Order: sequence, then C-alpha cells, then structure tokens
Amino acid sequence: MTLFDKLWEEHEVEALSERQSLLYVDRIFLHERTGSVALNSLLEHGRSVRQRQHAFCTMDHIVDTRPGRSDDTLMPSGRDFIVATRSAAHETGIQLFDIQDPNQGIVHVISPELGIALPGLSVICPDSHTCTLGGLGVLAWGVGSTEAEHALATSTLRVTRPKTMRVQFVGHMARHVTAKDLILYAIRSLSASGGAGYAIEFAGPAISALPVESRLTLCNMATELSAFTGLIAPDEQVIDYCEGRPFAPQGAARKAAVRHWRTLQSDADARFDSEHHINIESLKPQLTWGTSPQHCIDWDDEIPRAEEAPDEATAASWQQAQAYMGVTAGHRLSDYPLDAAFIGSCTNSRLSDLRDAADYLTQTGHRVAKGVKALCVPGSGGVKRAAEAEGIDAIFRQAGFEWREPGCSMCFFAGGESLGEGVRVASTTNRNFQGRQGLGVRTHLGSPLSVVASACAGHLLADMTS
Amino acid sequence: MTPFTLHCGVAAPLLRDHIDTDTIIPSREMRTVSRSGLADGLFAPWRYSDVDARLADPDFVLNQASYEGASILLTGLNFGCGSSREHAVWAMMEWGVKVVIAPSFATIFRNNALRNGLLTIELATDRIQWLANWVATDPQINQLTVDLQTCSVSSEAGREKEGFQIDPMARSMLIEGLDEIGLTEQSLKHIEDFENRDQVRRPWAYLADPH
Repeated sequence: MTLFDKLWEEHEVEALSERQSLLYVDRIFLHERTGSVALNSLLEHGRSVRQRQHAFCTMDHIVDTRPGRSDDTLMPSGRDFIVATRSAAHETGIQLFDIQDPNQGIVHVISPELGIALPGLSVICPDSHTCTLGGLGVLAWGVGSTEAEHALATSTLRVTRPKTMRVQFVGHMARHVTAKDLILYAIRSLSASGGAGYAIEFAGPAISALPVESRLTLCNMATELSAFTGLIAPDEQVIDYCEGRPFAPQGAARKAAVRHWRTLQSDADARFDSEHHINIESLKPQLTWGTSPQHCIDWDDEIPRAEEAPDEATAASWQQAQAYMGVTAGHRLSDYPLDAAFIGSCTNSRLSDLRDAADYLTQTGHRVAKGVKALCVPGSGGVKRAAEAEGIDAIFRQAGFEWREPGCSMCFFAGGESLGEGVRVASTTNRNFQGRQGLGVRTHLGSPLSVVASACAGHLLADMTS
Repeated sequence: MTPFTLHCGVAAPLLRDHIDTDTIIPSREMRTVSRSGLADGLFAPWRYSDVDARLADPDFVLNQASYEGASILLTGLNFGCGSSREHAVWAMMEWGVKVVIAPSFATIFRNNALRNGLLTIELATDRIQWLANWVATDPQINQLTVDLQTCSVSSEAGREKEGFQIDPMARSMLIEGLDEIGLTEQSLKHIEDFENRDQVRRPWAYLADPH
C-alpha cells in the first residue's frame, strides 16, 4: 500500500460509490477571506460546528502587515471580513488566533508550528495551499467554502479518490539550491496540470535529507501541479519536530502517536498509478519568467521563444505572458531591472527561510539596491519572535528591508496593498498569475536566496557565487 | 441548490489553457463578505481595458454583441486552477454562466462548481474547438443544448451530438439539486461509529473540548 492509501483507509467512514468515500476530517482551519462565509452559512442554516475543539481560525489573508495595525486595511471593506470572522468564530466557539494573538500568522505556517497539524491527521482548509501540511505526512487538501461548511457541520467530507503518483528526486542538491527550486523545477518538468487527479508522494534521497520546513515549502506548491495534494512520509526528523508543540500529544498519548506515525510510509512493494524520476544533480536555482509557475527557467537561461513551443496554443500563451511581463524572448532575466522584492507567504516565511536570506546579507555585506522596495513578512508571531531573538530583523532592516507583522501580505492583493502597475517584483510566493500581486504587477518566483540576491543586485539574479 | 437538467444557450469561446481563479475573479474584486456582488468583477483583468474606470475591452469575447447573453463557456485545459476561492463559481453564476466545457478542470474548482449547480463538462480539445468553430458562424443562432439526463452536448436540433461522461454521484446531485450536508447528516450513525472505533485506534487525534 502507498502512504496515501493508508491515510485514505484510516479516514474512510463509509464508501459512497466506487470512487467516492465519506472521509473523516480531523482538523478544520479557516481564515478571514473564505472562513467567514462558511461559518455564517452554517449559522444561517441553523447548524453548529460538530467538533468545535477541532476547528480553528486565523486572520492572515486580509489583515494589514504594517506595524501598528488594527482591524482597518487599505481595502476599505477589508475590515468587514475581519469583524465578520471574529464574530462568527465567537458565536460558534471555535478557537481564533486574532490579530493581537501572539500565535497569529499564516494558516499553513501556524498549524504545524502549534501542533494542530500532525502526521496521520486529515486537515482541510478553504485554501488551496493546505497541501503544505503534506510535508509532515498530513492528509491535507484545499476545499471551497461550501465544503468547509460541510466539514464543520459533519466532521466529514465526500471525496472522490484521486490516483496515486510518486515523484522521486534523484541526485544531490547543489549548494544554493533549495526546496523552492526543486518544486519549481518539478512544475516546469511535469507542467502546471501534471498532477491533476493525483495525490503525489515526493520521495528519494534528496527529500529524506530535507529539513522539515523545506518539506513544507515543497508540498506547498503541489497545488501548482494541480494535484489533489502532496505528501512526504514522516520520519524521525518529523517525529522530533512535533514534540512539545502546544496542540501535539504528550506523555502516553505521544507514545501511541509515535507508534502510529512510524507506520506512515509506502510499503516497499507499493504500486503507484504513475511514477516520475527527476534528476536534480546539476540543478540550478529556478526563476519564473511568465504568468504560470510552469513558465520557469534556470536563472541564467534565455527566455523561451514562441517558435520553440511544442504547439500553437503554448506559443500563443508564451507570447501573452511575455507581453504582460514586459520581457522579450531570447533575453535573460538578469537584463531586467527590479523594482521590488518580497520575502514571505505560506511558501517561504518560516525561520529557516529568513535565516537563509539573512545569512546571505551578513556574508556578502550587500544592501538592497537603490530604487528597490524590499519587504520581509514573517509567517507567524512565533517566527517573528524567534527571528528577532536572533537579530534577523536588524540584519534585514540594516540592509534596507521593511520588517513587517505576520500575514499573507503581498502574496496577493487581499488587504488592498499593492506594488503598482508594471512593477517588477522578485517574490518568494507561489503564484505569478496575471494581477495576482495587484493590477499589472509582474511577479518572478524564486527562493528566498534568489530573491535576496536579486534585491541587492537590482535585477533578477540567482547566482549566489558572485 | 437549483436542480440542473437541461440548458440551451449561447456558447462563448475562451480557448486558453490554465485560466486561474485570480483571473476569473481577482482578490481586489471580492469586496463583500457574502456570495453576491461578484459578477461585475468576473474576468476583470481581461474584460476591462481600464479596470478602475470599468471601460469594456471590445476585444474580449464576453463584451462582443455576437456573444451577448452567453451562458456556456468553451475553454482550455486545467480551467479554474490556483486559489480555492469559491467566489470564482459564484461570480460566473451571478453573471449568467450555467455550463463550462473544458478538456480538464482543477479539482477544487470542479468541486465548488458541483456544490453550486454549475455544470462542468470535460470534452477533448479538438471537440471543443469544433464546437467553438460551429458556434462562431452565428453564435446567437448556433446555440448549444446541454442535456444532463442523456449526458450530451448538441448543436442544431441534435444533428451534431457530443456525449460526455460525468461521475454518477455528481450527476444525481445536480439533477436533484441535493443539499450535500443534509445528505451526509443521514450518515450520522456511521460517523459516530467511526469515531468510537477510531478513538481506540488513534486516541491522540482527539482533542478535549475546553468549553
């Protein structure tokens, strides 16, 4: 059996048809963007949260990240979402990590950090990046608001069983290559729909060697492959990571949990519906040039020409993307001056991400280039405090970065803050869609290292050796 | 949920692959806490040449008089990828879309559509292109008929007919307009039995209610 098959069977309440089952949902996490709709609809229908101790909510999407923030946001109606979510959370009795809560932060950063997400649990959230938690061996997937309401009311979801895929990373990771580069390269190799209909298990020696936070980064972008979810088998590193976290089991309960967690791996003879091997031996840092995460190249490659496209539709989509991004086929990304740099988001806002970028600043002594607006937004109150205790905030500030309060921030436009039309930004986020970071903003995705190096160079760059 | 059985309407081609939900309804267009007030922001980045001034872009298919009143969308693979925002479905339905036909859909979008009575149909790219070509000769006259009873998309009084496949459970949910939560509540005994067994097997997975 595969790891996914085991997790599926452990949560199967009832088979509804050949392909669909009623699955038990262990934890539900909501945020103010999509959560208030689910909670209010539940209340309007006269229902309650069936297991309120298993449901949580945070303020991350719309909440302002500028210091001294309140319920107000730059988007005038942003406040309505915050107030409505707070009121619905109180009415239903679920735990809310409100704006002033020391544990407030991005949902997929705080749920592992607080031990709400644990190996072997099923976790849903009305947010496509819920697959992040697969990095701990959690069966976690994104849903819409209506499905979240279903889970709140019944502790279950009716789910169509996806097929299984294993993606094995073969070879060693070069220095300066990160989990972000691995997943961008996987999307580039398999395409933005390459995982459609599949639950993907990431495996191979390179994955076993990845620290826990990097595994979260890798699984975070499984949704950018259009996969149902991404998963990595939990190992001793993950078991250690979970110890002592506020909502994690302790004492005898932990012993039972650890016994269970050690069974959570694909059997040696497990059969997957699809298998891929990706060689990362000579992989270079990856950067996107276009408006889909699959529009990705080695940092020093040429931007592809339409005539090299495999078919007419792809050629047309490349041309559309290049027009929006203001880049020319045959040029290199380093030809384009940068206006902004953003370090943050559920992909890359954990302590190790901030350390990577801060180490680069200390070791090179570089500062943010003139004219580049640079922001660092820690993923949670916990990450922010830990970073400040190490002096990371001072390193960022001295180099010319703004140091913000936790939240999703400029990953997208929810709070109303934007960089401006035509602005070119190097970003550690997960989506470079047209307008994702605000009207007309041109997003280039990369790792924290690539983004900090680009911010200092003043143009897109991922060559950390210079 | 309004039941879906049969729909006849104008079909508009939006033949791009990987249309994401940020494009269907950008975050900045999701201004209210409710499910409504979203149609104005549908496809805003493509629909308006000046988004703030709401100036219609005449090149965008849904702005063209020949496709006025379009209720069926013919589109490319992986439609609805990206953000899980159900607002994408709500915006499309409020605008008047009843059916989306694509070679494939992103899973969360398809699930959201199903739960709101928006029919998603998978057809091969070349069949979609054929339908788009046939429609384009006179979109207001060459309307498409989508029949969920017979699982077919047909043109011109059924002379050209494309069969499609749909999960039987999804089909009956749409035809009967079922409330899924109500349906699952009938399985409450199964859920409780599962919890009783599971609390022995995974005691660590259950938190105490602090209230």
